[in-house]
Amino acid sequence: MNYHITHRTLYEYAAPVSVSHHVARLEPLVTATQSRDSFSLQIFPEPALRKARTDYFGNQLCFFAIQEIHSKLEIITHSRVTVQPRKPAQNESTTPWESVAEMFRDPVSPEVVEPYQFVFDSPQIRASLELADYARESFGAETPLLAGARDLTRRIFEDFKFDPRATTVATPLEEVWVKRRGVCQDFAHLGIAFLRSLGLPARYVSGYLRTRPPEGKPRLVGVDASHAWFSIFSPGNGWIDFDPTNNVQPAEEHITVAYGRDFGDVSPVAGILTGGGAHEVKVSVDVEPLE
Amino acid sequence: MSEAENKNSNRDHPQMSQSQSQLATGDTGFAKKAMPEILLSGYQRRAGAFDELLAKDGKIFPHYAKLLGELEEFGTRELARRADACQRFVHEHGITYNVYGDPRGMERPWQLDPIPFIIAPDEWQTIETGLIQRATLLNKILADCYGAQDLIRSRWLSPALVFGQPDFLRPCHGIKIPGDTFLHFYAADLSRSPDGRWWVVSDRTQIPTGAGYALANRLVTSRILPEPFRENQVHRLAGFFLAAQNALSQLAPRQADKARVVMLTPGPHNETYFEQAYLARYLGYMLVEGQDLTVRDNHVWLKTLSGLERVDVILRRVDDDFCDPLELINNSILGVPGLVEAVRAGTVVIANALGSGLVQSPAFMSFLPGLCRHLLNEPLKLPSVATWWCGQKIAREHVLKNLDRLVVKPAFRTHLKIAEAERGELKRRIEFDPDLFVAQERVELSTAPSWDKNSLAAQPVSLRVFLVADGDGGYRVMPGGLARTSPESAGKFISMQRGGSSKDTWIPSTTPVEEITLLHASNQSVELRRTGNNLPSRLADNFFWLGRYSERADATSRLLRSALLRFNPERGGGARPLLSPLLQTLEAQGQLPGISARPELWANAEAFEAELLAAIFDPERAGSLRQTAEQLQRLAMLVRDRTSNDMWRVLSQIDDRLATTAPKQVMLAGDAVGVLNQTLMGLAAFHGLARENMTRAQAWRFLDMGLRLERAMYLCTLLDATLRSSDAENPSLLEAVLEVVDSSITFRSRYNLLPTVPAVFDLVLLDDKNPRSILFQIKQLAKHFQRLPKERGDAASPGKTILENCLSRLERADARELASASSNWRESELAATIQHTLQALPQLSNAIAASYFAHSAISRTGRGEMQ
Repeated sequence: MNYHITHRTLYEYAAPVSVSHHVARLEPLVTATQSRDSFSLQIFPEPALRKARTDYFGNQLCFFAIQEIHSKLEIITHSRVTVQPRKPAQNESTTPWESVAEMFRDPVSPEVVEPYQFVFDSPQIRASLELADYARESFGAETPLLAGARDLTRRIFEDFKFDPRATTVATPLEEVWVKRRGVCQDFAHLGIAFLRSLGLPARYVSGYLRTRPPEGKPRLVGVDASHAWFSIFSPGNGWIDFDPTNNVQPAEEHITVAYGRDFGDVSPVAGILTGGGAHEVKVSVDVEPLE
Repeated sequence: MSEAENKNSNRDHPQMSQSQSQLATGDTGFAKKAMPEILLSGYQRRAGAFDELLAKDGKIFPHYAKLLGELEEFGTRELARRADACQRFVHEHGITYNVYGDPRGMERPWQLDPIPFIIAPDEWQTIETGLIQRATLLNKILADCYGAQDLIRSRWLSPALVFGQPDFLRPCHGIKIPGDTFLHFYAADLSRSPDGRWWVVSDRTQIPTGAGYALANRLVTSRILPEPFRENQVHRLAGFFLAAQNALSQLAPRQADKARVVMLTPGPHNETYFEQAYLARYLGYMLVEGQDLTVRDNHVWLKTLSGLERVDVILRRVDDDFCDPLELINNSILGVPGLVEAVRAGTVVIANALGSGLVQSPAFMSFLPGLCRHLLNEPLKLPSVATWWCGQKIAREHVLKNLDRLVVKPAFRTHLKIAEAERGELKRRIEFDPDLFVAQERVELSTAPSWDKNSLAAQPVSLRVFLVADGDGGYRVMPGGLARTSPESAGKFISMQRGGSSKDTWIPSTTPVEEITLLHASNQSVELRRTGNNLPSRLADNFFWLGRYSERADATSRLLRSALLRFNPERGGGARPLLSPLLQTLEAQGQLPGISARPELWANAEAFEAELLAAIFDPERAGSLRQTAEQLQRLAMLVRDRTSNDMWRVLSQIDDRLATTAPKQVMLAGDAVGVLNQTLMGLAAFHGLARENMTRAQAWRFLDMGLRLERAMYLCTLLDATLRSSDAENPSLLEAVLEVVDSSITFRSRYNLLPTVPAVFDLVLLDDKNPRSILFQIKQLAKHFQRLPKERGDAASPGKTILENCLSRLERADARELASASSNWRESELAATIQHTLQALPQLSNAIAASYFAHSAISRTGRGEMQ
């Protein structure tokens, strides 16, 4: 499947900004099932300094600094990607989760050093005994790893209500856990927290999701949004994605932009401004399927 | 037989009457001399601990013999006197330590024991080589973790130790570090076990603090014990700092002689702020906060009054994860946005390198012996205290079996509260998240002689030793260190936060020591300068407010003093109408809020007096003199590295005096007048020092501008209130006004008659020769404005415009206008001019702030667009 994704971010500041520094992670990744055919990133006003590089996790990032006085900032990306259908994982035949968890206890073999990064607490995700208890309902004794993950995904979908007003990006996970409400970012964080509480490696994925218009209606342009889900490391299969917001295993309709331990590692645009006061942000995403 | 008795029976000679002249001959036969009897009469070796002074057989170790001999010569009385001098020096030099969570007593005097800690030269050699090896090793580990990570892949290092640690800063991975030197500074805490061996108890790699305190301790101790200091040929510390200076300036990406090194501080609330200011001054670096720096074009710049100045090297005293809010920590906006990218681009070097905190984790200790053999091909020379990191299975099992015997600590920098957890709970937590815990053997500290109630007592001691990278891949050890003692045997963990004391550490030399100075060598040609480093905007701001508060304290004291002097309970309310301009001024300026709306006070002399006293002493009352004095001290602390010790001392005394006068205590008005007099003397000393001892550079200019502006405000308020008073013509009232503005003498010498309104207003408002007149203040301000760095652009500065308007109105004014009947005064041109000035002054203050202080707030975006 080919997509053309347009992602616009517009910041409007109440007071003039004299200097701003930003890091943007908006360039889709190249993976085994995803190729990046083209990518462009435009920034207004034109930054005095702009540098692209690869971050610690292998994501493409763009650092830029604007040094002229500005009261708005607009970032527009155009990405063309091709997504191959992922092979459906044989969830039921994967290794029992306990032996996977055992692999990630000391001493860890060199082959799993890379996924090992994602077993630990990260700034926004803290494992706990309580979360482990919840997760164990999906991970009974000898449960195949991915079967457990699939069930966990379903339970998050059923037990937690999608509610954009319940949380903000600053809402701690503990609060999401208590309120049982949140958005895709919260659900991805939850899934990761459950898995890590069992000692399993899990990571955060940011990206886009193709949305389908209601039957018989035309596709609306620009109403899509950034999306997030989680991924679990399965020995022999590699990283396998699960989307708890939609209760699916991503196949052809999820476009991956970046991986990290949690949202903090992959935030699409993060900036520090000198001046600026209050600000408003408008984001529009359009995921256009090309055929 | 007790150890003390045993000791006494061992002494050689019972007589203790060595003469001073014998001492001066440099006789080395102290060991043969009498056992210091009185000093050591209460000295008890602690069972099961190594004693630094006395060997097992009760004999004094040779390296302490000279010191003990000299101390005994001094006698108890003289020693007590020197111990007092020690505390006095600490106080006078303002050596302090901030204790967290203690709002009133934030600045705590540093505790220094007068008796130095002495380490024998051969033993020191062992410590030195051991620590140089350790610093080299830790540096290599850092270079690998932030580079190839071979140690992890080849299993020399458990990956959890790196990946699971909050101090592993992923954005810093792959950054090219000049010379692969992460640790420019390193410190280790050592202690000595009962068998006499030295052990490393903890490594300090993030921000190795304490070298400045060691230096301050040396300064004081060498002064109170000059004779033993000389006799012992103690190694000097200056060479260490000189090496640090050289190494840092060589790090600069630009040519070394142009290099600007700054010290980045978290600010005055940090526990070791004193040390930062002290070291910055000693090393000649500017002390800056994050907001003083900015990144433009991938370079770091210092924001000064006259523009941006390039920074090459940052000696940081800020934890690395607080250095750049863009890349390093997600919930803080401290630090310098873009700094990491500048480091990545190699335009600035940070010491210690960002990410260096990683190897500070005690969990590393259990890996060091293996890593040392692997990386350096030699055994670890100085052992660490036995450490088990629960992330390893075998270690964890050992820890869980021996929980009672071991000290369990957080392995990483986290907010784990272990002390409070009971055993069962701790076990459960260790099993759930083993990586987060280490356990260590309990440390039995050695004891060293310390001054305790007029004799020497054995107190537990630990030692922090400091190293600096020499710039050629090696390390240099400070010959000495920061010894810390704890008063009681509970000394398993000595912390200045918990009331320990400290000692100077002496390493005696067998040969005469070389004197080193940090000043440039005399053969080096020095470019003469008439200006110092440019003043950072933040400091200009602080100086401005220091000026304002010092004058506020002055004006408040004068007004309150005159009010108290005129207030006589016997006369009932009779004098009070005459006080009203004074009281209204204090009301308008915030010292007596709402007093005119409380007529009941006028009838109750006691309540009225209490109100005046509260305006002086009450620390909780907004605008009280006491609060102003506290503000003054706070501001003085903020500019500490730019003002003299004398200025600091004077302001401390003002605050001390007001603080030691208990506010609740029943006090006579007369006593309060005495305190006010002393406060005014202190302020006069401060202003005198500012006037006579500060160069007429930017710092002084802003201080004086603050003072002038504040004085003009009080004067305008007072004159305005006077014109409104129905008793304005009463000579007693005018006398009071003259007294407040310190112009009585001048008035009398000019007029030789009772004061009249026009004459008083001419003198206090319009006489530009009178340093207490309004016109004088405005003229001074205008002069300062001409000398300020020019603002960008051609537009006339708003401050200048405000001043010119005030000036032209004042110069047109004529006090003879007030010669006519009093009924018109309030409508007079002169009253309008005063009103105009009064309104213009706050605008002027704002204009100065906007043009020169400009603390633009920093904010964060980009966390809110997810679905």
